[in-house]
Amino acid sequence: MEIKMVNLTKIFISKGKKEVHAVDHVDLVIPSGKLIGLLGPSGCGKSTTLYLIAGLLRQTEGQIYFGEEEMSETPPEKRGIGLVFQNYALYPHMTVRENILFPLENLRVEKEEAKKRTYDMAKLVGLEEMLDRKPKELSGGQQQRVAIARALVKTPRVLLLDEPLSNLDARLRLQTREEIKRIQRETKITTVFVTHDQEEAMSISDEIVVMKDGVIQQMGEPQAVYDKPANLFVAKFLGNPQINVFDGEIKNKEILIEGMVVGKKDMPDQKIFVGVRPEAFVVDNENQASFRFKVDLVETIGRDTTLIFDMQDDSENILDKKTFKAIIDAGFRIKADDIVHFNIKPDKMHLFDLNGNIL
Amino acid sequence: MEKKNNLRAWLYLAPLLILMAVFTFYPLINAFIVSSYKGYLPLSGTADGIDLFYNYGVILKNPLFKKAIINTFIIAGVSVPVSIFLSLLIAVSLKSIPKLKGLFQTIYFLPYVTNTIAIGMAFAFMFHEDYGVINLILGWFGVSPVNWLGGTATYAAQMIALLILTIWNGLAFKILVFTSGLENIDKQYYDAAKIDSASKWTVFKRITVPLLSPLILYISITSVIGALKAYNSVVGLFGDVKLGAQNNSMITIVAFVYQYKDGYTDKGYISYAAAASIILFFITAVISILQTIVSKKRVHY
Ligand SMILES: Nc1ncnc2c1ncn2[C@@H]1O[C@H](COP(=O)(O)OP(=O)(O)OP(=O)(O)O)[C@@H](O)[C@H]1O
Ligand SMILES: [Mg+2]
Repeated sequence: MEIKMVNLTKIFISKGKKEVHAVDHVDLVIPSGKLIGLLGPSGCGKSTTLYLIAGLLRQTEGQIYFGEEEMSETPPEKRGIGLVFQNYALYPHMTVRENILFPLENLRVEKEEAKKRTYDMAKLVGLEEMLDRKPKELSGGQQQRVAIARALVKTPRVLLLDEPLSNLDARLRLQTREEIKRIQRETKITTVFVTHDQEEAMSISDEIVVMKDGVIQQMGEPQAVYDKPANLFVAKFLGNPQINVFDGEIKNKEILIEGMVVGKKDMPDQKIFVGVRPEAFVVDNENQASFRFKVDLVETIGRDTTLIFDMQDDSENILDKKTFKAIIDAGFRIKADDIVHFNIKPDKMHLFDLNGNIL
Repeated sequence: MEKKNNLRAWLYLAPLLILMAVFTFYPLINAFIVSSYKGYLPLSGTADGIDLFYNYGVILKNPLFKKAIINTFIIAGVSVPVSIFLSLLIAVSLKSIPKLKGLFQTIYFLPYVTNTIAIGMAFAFMFHEDYGVINLILGWFGVSPVNWLGGTATYAAQMIALLILTIWNGLAFKILVFTSGLENIDKQYYDAAKIDSASKWTVFKRITVPLLSPLILYISITSVIGALKAYNSVVGLFGDVKLGAQNNSMITIVAFVYQYKDGYTDKGYISYAAAASIILFFITAVISILQTIVSKKRVHY
């Protein structure tokens, strides 16, 4: 089931009569059967978008379609969606079995059939042994799987997950992430997965949607968005460590950082931001490549060495200093205070105008 | 150190303990002692002797006391579940009309700040056979006037009137408690229920009631205790002499206690009153304990 949002807008009026544009003129098509990661910083409107799709919130403006069918005015009960809440919202007084059975009872599924589907679903999420426990007798990860089972048991047309992994520890998070992906593949239900963790979104999603202040910044396959960010915000939001952003300029069709040439660009002279991914730096001491800096700190973890450096040596306040990171092969013997020369891989370097738009 | 702290704790508790000793334990023990005198006359302070069970035997055989017990049990057995159910429904409905909530809360709260006897008198007017608003409304539906409270009223009619008064009277406090209880239920459960396609009634039955069950238990225990002590409502509706459309037809255990207490100039009457109040005490205690035990299985958390 394809989900289409047209000009979707949600304005909250807060206490002081101030308008909050939580979702701002969003046009988005979520392809059928795909798992989409909805990604953005806290407060950017991810949950609001999800609740609009679910029908728990009513849009201020715009329409929502499931396939050809307009859903804008349909109450949540009739939308046929499964929703996993941020903190699961399992009914605390019901057992796992009752929790999973509840939507089926409401849909008046025949008793034997409902029983069987509950068991099958519990088995799919690996909880068939725990059907008679109450939610509070389960670990966070198990509760989360109950929530998924409850959302999936009615074979919804759309599955919505609101930061379902945020309460889990690192190991469980990885494991559950894989499980969600597996279940989604098996069931082929169109799924929207909300998270503010870029790594999580990148690893689980067929496509990601990056959002900021209620506005969609970019949509595409994770690697494509990473490789070709539409603006500085997206470039900064994806990737760990973050992309390095240098103050630079274009002069005589050359890209300069602090007067050092790092590449070419056929554009009129102007001040720009140069975004360089940490993995874009290639050590080139033999040819004395023109971009060089003094290394402040060297961190070697496993295969990688991270060089930390800053540019404005004259800055008074240490906390004000903008530091940069370069990740290179651990094979290079580099110590703090060494001066190192680099080439920068052109495809890992992105140029932005001073408004943050890609050039 | 430990000992000192203990002493201090006792000191803090002392005012309360002393008050309880004077006003709760002493009267209870005293009532127990009085209930064991045979032929006791408080004015002269004389008794024919001590017999632990004599007075209980007398009143348990007394038809008036049997009637008092039956009436009291009917009042408690009907008014408590009905008023809990109604107040839950009202509290839930109030929640869905937040704008009118304040107004309705005031309306529903009026009985709580009004004297029961005054309400009873107002109800007595409303239930009047010829001029009462109840019969007027029933008339619209083609029901001929019912004699609710008059001298020839049937037992059922007067009991129904009494029950309606009792239920109405208890609604306010319950609505208040349930309204604040509802506010403490996480809104997400209701969102989840919507996603799970639950109807309003299912939500009420399967989510609201279970999540409020600790409060419902608390309210049902306190209101059973309150209903077992029913007296004011009877006085308000029928006056403290008649206690019913016919003499004593709506008598309750507490009313029985009052009657015999007031008759203390008759030999042994004060002991009958004491025995009746001890019986009421045990009935209350047993029902409360039973309720707690039964509910343990059904109350969540
Ligand atoms: N009921 C509400 N009333 C007023 N403002 C609201 C309401 N719900 C959300 N907002 C505002 O709308 C904006 C988007 O909120 P939303 O919950 O969608 O963010 P989010 O992206 O899910 O954030 P997080 O990652 O922290 O969950 C925020 O600025 C928030 O303060
Ligand atoms: Mg959120």
